[in-house]
Amino acid sequence: MTTTLDASQNGAYPAKTTAAVSESHGEHGDHRVLGLMTFLASESLMFFGIFTAYLIYRSTAEVWPPEGTEVELFLPAINTIILVSSSFVIHMGDLAIKKGEVQKMRLWYAATIVMGLVFLGGQIYEYTELGYGLSTNVFSSCFYVMTGFHGLHVFVGVLMMMGVLWRSRRPGHYSATKHTGVEMTEIYWHFVDIIWIILFVLLYILTLF
Amino acid sequence: MQSPSPQPQEQGGHHHPEQWSWYHYFLYNTDHKVIGIQYLVTAFVFYLIAGVMALLMRTELYTADPDFLAPEVYNMLLTNHGTLMIFFWIVPAAIGGFGNYLVPLMIGAKDMAFPNLNAIAFWLNPIAAIFLFASLFFGGAQAGWTSYPPLSLITNNAGQSLWILAIALIGTSSILGALNFLVTIYKLKTPNMQWDELPLFCWAMVATSLLALFSTPVLAIGLIMLLFDINFGTGFFRPEMGGDVVVYQHLFWFYSHPAVYLMILPIFGIMSEVISTHARKPIFGYKAIAYSSLAICVVGLFVWVHHMFTSGTPAWMRMFFTISTLIVAVPTGVKIFSWVATLWGGKIRLTSPLLFAVGLLAMFVFGGLSGVTLGAAPFDIHVHDTYYVVAHFHYVLFGGSVFGLYAAIYHWFPKITGRMYNETLGRVHFVLTFIGTNLTFLPMHNLGLQGMPRRIAMYDPQFEFINKICTYGSMILGISILPFFFNMIWSWSQGTPAGRNPWRSLTLEWQTTSPPAIENFDEEPIVWAGPYDYGVDTQTFEADDPTVEEILAEVGQEMK
Repeated sequence: MTTTLDASQNGAYPAKTTAAVSESHGEHGDHRVLGLMTFLASESLMFFGIFTAYLIYRSTAEVWPPEGTEVELFLPAINTIILVSSSFVIHMGDLAIKKGEVQKMRLWYAATIVMGLVFLGGQIYEYTELGYGLSTNVFSSCFYVMTGFHGLHVFVGVLMMMGVLWRSRRPGHYSATKHTGVEMTEIYWHFVDIIWIILFVLLYILTLF
Repeated sequence: MQSPSPQPQEQGGHHHPEQWSWYHYFLYNTDHKVIGIQYLVTAFVFYLIAGVMALLMRTELYTADPDFLAPEVYNMLLTNHGTLMIFFWIVPAAIGGFGNYLVPLMIGAKDMAFPNLNAIAFWLNPIAAIFLFASLFFGGAQAGWTSYPPLSLITNNAGQSLWILAIALIGTSSILGALNFLVTIYKLKTPNMQWDELPLFCWAMVATSLLALFSTPVLAIGLIMLLFDINFGTGFFRPEMGGDVVVYQHLFWFYSHPAVYLMILPIFGIMSEVISTHARKPIFGYKAIAYSSLAICVVGLFVWVHHMFTSGTPAWMRMFFTISTLIVAVPTGVKIFSWVATLWGGKIRLTSPLLFAVGLLAMFVFGGLSGVTLGAAPFDIHVHDTYYVVAHFHYVLFGGSVFGLYAAIYHWFPKITGRMYNETLGRVHFVLTFIGTNLTFLPMHNLGLQGMPRRIAMYDPQFEFINKICTYGSMILGISILPFFFNMIWSWSQGTPAGRNPWRSLTLEWQTTSPPAIENFDEEPIVWAGPYDYGVDTQTFEADDPTVEEILAEVGQEMK
């Protein structure tokens, strides 16, 4: 019981019989960038969930943040400046690799790693300076879980950049035309940065009002 | 980003045997067909376990007194029955199983876009199952599959925490699978297939994947917050610390309402394939069915509060979500009518897949109608948390999703195994399942309207008679598995060889051998007709090109 399919009888759609071999059927194409973007779209919904919860808590509270759990602004503002400018630094690395300058790209990426680590260090320092913990009240819970969850993303970003550095030590691993890993790391880093800006507005700026 | 290949890759750089041996199915494997079968078989095992749990609960409910199971055990069983059926059976079987097996074949691709990610996504399932079964040793989660705080905060913390980890893992698997499907369908569709020639199952998978992608992370964060509340002293859902239990309900239902569409949209896709093929007729309203999937996907994201009408939801929200819930019924109705119109006047072959598909139509309409009644806030407030709700969602989940999965198993069995199943056993299976389902779940509507609450081991003696009927029905359902099980095992090794295309179906997966070769197609598949052009002469239609007079003459002949 087999159905014979004969391409030569395909009179109805002559246009379709041509161009049978295409990019997608040559070999597995590289769709990693699109895959990453899709993943980040999904990941952003995770932050969206906790941001919304935070706003609901804020709208029902009488005093926000509750007394005794105020945040400090100076250090986080410096941290924000560092993280936002690191996005430009990593972009310089991307521009460098597009011209095929691997060494320059390595330098820019190393600089971004340092900035990311400084940010994480500042975050941990801030944790130790605050006089309250995870279980003080719902604001402190939100504060630590939101910044901690974002910090985890920063940490993963640093690991990714270290991976780029490690791989790029071999000449020819990345080139002007082949640098998907570099590009993906950059996209991820921008994502982490954007999330931080929203987080900073919610946790720090909004507490001023 | 297309990376130039350094040398011509005739072997594609892959090293794999000509055919998979049996042990390949138990190992890490990146072939989408192997992964599809892995998903289906593991999910089916979980289905059996969850089914036994249901039978134990029905046995307990045979009498009004809690004399068979301890109340904690009953709560543990009801929680894990729901969890296993939803997260470990229907979602992985429909999306992971058939999605993986069929999507690349239907679009004429060699594999998914990210084969390794695909394998990882599958292996998260057994790992999640280990967590879930480990939780049973600690007494198991007992707060229902919804795990509402404060109940979930105060009952059996160890079991609840392991349960959360299991769901978080399987949710991750779902997200990774969804992004893989989207990229695969978007990028790897064979270039000579137009978007309006995409099989409807693939359209359904697009809608499903979008939903999974955007709703699952919200559940994940809700569960993480719950985990922190249980173990690390945070106060998200503890009112004494400024938290709010209703926030959990929002986060939970933002995923879990779309989850019911996750469980039914792929089944809708299967329905379109099965009905059109076995009725030998072009599908009625291809575009309507395709776009209604997307409409369900979009509207389905904005109806979740109808689960919370009794949670102190303000009146304006009740109104908004009643309206949006009733709107969702419209695209669903479009599909139902399209399938009925496809069957109408078709050359129907009453094979097992079609029987299950028609059974699904009947029961899904019934479950859909009770769903519309539940979506209306005034009615819902009366029957909330009664057996009416249990009856409703078993009609759509069992009568809908599980019937659809059976239809799909029978329909694609020849393709997956290369052998035909036994038609008689298939029909016996259908009859038993259909009777069992209706006997179990139809009386539950009555129980609910009379006011019997759900999720309890002990109930008022006045409900005992109807409960006995339900228990008898559930036993028939339990027995109905046997002919299916025997059929599958026996036919897989002894069935008559099926050949490439026993159903004479037009979608691309039937153009390759059964079972398909490792990279699917030995030759480039050819889209020589639309996926549902049954009985349509696509070869000579344009060549003839009759004049208006000829057409009129032909019509005149028919009029006489």
